Amino acid sequence: MAKTAAKKAEKVAGSPAAALLQHYRDMLLIRRFEEKAGQMYGMGLIGGFCHLYIGQEAVVVGMQAAIREGDSVITGYRDHGHMLACGMDARGVMAELTGRSGGYSRGKGGSMHMFSKDKRFFGGHGIVGGQVPLGTGVAFAAKYARTDAVCLTYFGDGAANQGQVYESFNMAELWSLPVVYVIENNQYAMGTAVSRASAQVELSRRGESFNIPGRQVDGMDVLAVKAAGEEAVAWCRAGKGPIILEMKTYRYRGHSMSDPAKYRSKDEVQKMRAEHDPIDQVRARLLGENLADETALKEIDREVKAIVAEAAEFAQHSPEPDPSELMTDITL
Amino acid sequence: MAIQILMPALSPTMTEGTVAKWLVKEGDTIKAGDVIAEIETDKATMEVEAVDEGVLTQILVPAGTENVAVNTPIAMIEGEEQQAGATPAPTAASQPVTTKAPPASPAPAAPIAAQETEDMGPTQSQTVREALRDAMAEEMRRDPAVFLMGEEVAQYQGAYKVSQGLLDEFGAERVIDTPITEYGFAGLGVGAALAGLKPIVEFMTFNFAMQAIDHIINSAAKTLYMSGGQQSAPIVFRGPNGAASRVGAQHSQCYASWYAHVPGLTVVAPYSAADAKGLLKSAIRSPNPVVFLENEILYGRSFEVPTNEDWTVPIGKAKVVRKGRDVTIVAFSIAVAHALAAAETLAAAGIEAEVIDLRTLRPLDVETIVASVKKTNRVVSVEEGWPFAGMGAEIAATIMEHAFDWLDAPVLRVTGKDVPMPYAANLEKLALPGPDDVVAAVHAVTYR
Repeated sequence: MAKTAAKKAEKVAGSPAAALLQHYRDMLLIRRFEEKAGQMYGMGLIGGFCHLYIGQEAVVVGMQAAIREGDSVITGYRDHGHMLACGMDARGVMAELTGRSGGYSRGKGGSMHMFSKDKRFFGGHGIVGGQVPLGTGVAFAAKYARTDAVCLTYFGDGAANQGQVYESFNMAELWSLPVVYVIENNQYAMGTAVSRASAQVELSRRGESFNIPGRQVDGMDVLAVKAAGEEAVAWCRAGKGPIILEMKTYRYRGHSMSDPAKYRSKDEVQKMRAEHDPIDQVRARLLGENLADETALKEIDREVKAIVAEAAEFAQHSPEPDPSELMTDITL
Repeated sequence: MAIQILMPALSPTMTEGTVAKWLVKEGDTIKAGDVIAEIETDKATMEVEAVDEGVLTQILVPAGTENVAVNTPIAMIEGEEQQAGATPAPTAASQPVTTKAPPASPAPAAPIAAQETEDMGPTQSQTVREALRDAMAEEMRRDPAVFLMGEEVAQYQGAYKVSQGLLDEFGAERVIDTPITEYGFAGLGVGAALAGLKPIVEFMTFNFAMQAIDHIINSAAKTLYMSGGQQSAPIVFRGPNGAASRVGAQHSQCYASWYAHVPGLTVVAPYSAADAKGLLKSAIRSPNPVVFLENEILYGRSFEVPTNEDWTVPIGKAKVVRKGRDVTIVAFSIAVAHALAAAETLAAAGIEAEVIDLRTLRPLDVETIVASVKKTNRVVSVEEGWPFAGMGAEIAATIMEHAFDWLDAPVLRVTGKDVPMPYAANLEKLALPGPDDVVAAVHAVTYR
C-alpha cells in the first residue's frame, strides 16, 4: 500500500520528493495509529499506561531515514512511533496494546514492552532512563563484533536528568561507542517543564564534560532531523564515538492517558499544532512545491487509515493469550 | 635499644603472608616513613613503611619467605639514643601502606572433606579464586562472545585477584576495566547481552550491585517474559556476597534471598572450588541471566577440582555433601562450612547429620531436600543472611508444602542476626551464624 503512494512519485523515485512523500506517509501512520490507540483506550480496550507520540512524529521518522539495515533502535515507554518507524507491523503493535496473543510480546509486555529481533528494535523500557545504558551496551556489542553499525538510543528530557545517563555518556565516550543519543525534548517530563527540573536546559550540552558533541535540532521538521541524523550516524560510523542530538519537539497529548493538563495552557498546545505541526509542514511543502497533489496525498491518507483500521480490527479480534502462557517465557 | 619490626597485617583477617622483597639492607639507616619491604598475600601486595628510626641491624626473615605469620619479627632496628620519644617497646609494629587493596581474606584453611564425592575424573587442588578464574578463562577460550567487565578486573588483576592473568590472555577488548558506575555498566552489560554477547559483569562486591539492581531485575530478568519469549539476556553477574570481615554494615550483606525472589533470574551460590568452577561455566553457558554469589572468605580455600575442561555442574542441583540419618542441615555458600563443622561435632555426640549444599538457590532443588527430610524427619537451615523473608523461610515453607507429614519437629533456621552488621569484632561474631549455632539448633530439633 505504501508502494501505491510511492508510485505516484514514480517519476521522481529515489528523489528528495519521493523521500518526503514517504516521510509524510510514515508520520501520518504514527499519527493515525496513536489517535486510534487513544480512542481504543477510551473504550476500555487498552489498559494500564498508554503514552502517545502525537506531535513528535518527525523525530523517529527523520532518524529512521538516517540509518540502515543492521543499525539498532532502543527507546523508553513512549515507543509506538519508534516501532512503526522501524517497520514493525501495526497489527502486532496494536494487538500488544490490547493485550492479545497477536501482539509482539503475545500480550505479555503491553504498551511499554515490545521488541523485534528482526528489526533490531530493543524495546520498549518502562523505567525512566533505563534504556540509555542498554542502548550503550547494544552499541558496545556492535563495536565488539567489529561492525560499523550504530545504535539510536532515544530518551526524553526527563530521563536526561537520570544519573545512569551520565554513567553511560562517560563509558560511551571513553570506549568510543557508536551510539547516537537522541534526546526527545518535548518540554515536559510528565507535568514538569524542563526549566523547573533542569539546571542546564540546553540538553544538547549535557555531554560537554564528557567531550561528547551535541546539536540542537528542530524536531518538528523531519528534514532537519534527517540531516542531523545523517551527520550524527556518519560521526559514529567513522569511529568517533557517541554524539547527542537534542530534538526540540512537543507532545500534543498528555504524558499518559490520565493527564490533568494543568501544567500548560491550551493556547500553548494550539499554537504549536497550528504553527509547527510536523505533518502539516511536510504537507504544505509537498503541495507548495508541486511535489505531490491533493489526490496523491488523499490516497496516502486512505492507505494509512486502512492500515490503522485493520490493526484495530486485528487487535480486537486476536484472542487473549492462552492461560498456559502465564508461566512460559520466564527462563529458557 | 633494639626494636623488632613485626610482620604487619593487611586486615584483621590476614594471618600470614610472604615477605616478597627487602628494599633496605642490614646496616642502612632508616627514617620513619621509609618503605623498607614489600609483603604479599594471595590477594594484594603492600609496602611496609618504617615507624621506628635507627639502623637496621638484622633481617630475620629473608625475601621470598612464604607463610610468615602476622606479628612475627622480621627485622631488628637499633634505635638512636638521641631520638626523643622513641618507643622502646619490642612490640612496635610496622605500618602497612596498602595500595587501594581491599581487605584481605583470611589465610587458606583446610577444607572439611566432603563425604560424598562425585565422579569428577582427575583433579587438582585449587582455591576457589583459581577455580573461578579458570572457569572464566576456559569459557572465554571456548566462546568469543564471552567477555568480562567490572571494576579493576583488567590491569589491577581483580580487586580480589579472581581475574588474574585474564587481561594478558584475552586483551583489553575482552577484559574491561569500568568506571565505578555499577548502574551504568550493569545496564551496558545487559544491553550487550540483548544484542547477542555473553557478558560476565563482575561486581567488586554485591553490596555495590544494589545500585545496579534495577538493571539486574527490570532489564535482565524480565525481558524474556516481556518480549513473549523473543528477547533473551544471557549474562552473568558475579562477585563476592555476604560478610567479609570487619567491613561494617554497608559492605556486609547477603543478597541471596533478594535475587532468589525474582522470576527470570537464576541464582547460584557455590561453596567448594569444584562447584564454583563447574557452576560458573554453566552460568556463562546459560541463555538466562544468572546471579552468581561468591564469598570473599572462601576465595582462599582449597578444594579438589576436576582438570577436565568440559566438566560442569548442572544448575538447579543440590548436593548431599555428608550423609546422615538423624537430621538434615540445608546450607549454601560459606554456611556449608558451618554445617559440616557442626556435623563433625554432632557425630561425636552420636547425632548423624545429613548436610545438603544447595549450590543453586533458584531454581531450588526441592527434590533433594524433600528426599532427605523423608529420611531424617528434621531440618535445620543455615544462612548468613537475615532471617526475615530469608532463604530459610523459603526452605521451611517448601518443606511444609512437600513433606509436612514427614516432619517430627518444626524446621529451625540458623541465620545472621536481624541487625545491620556491626563493626566491633565481638559484635560481628555474635551477628554471624557459626557451627555452634547449628549444633544448638540440631539439638533442639532432635530433642537430644
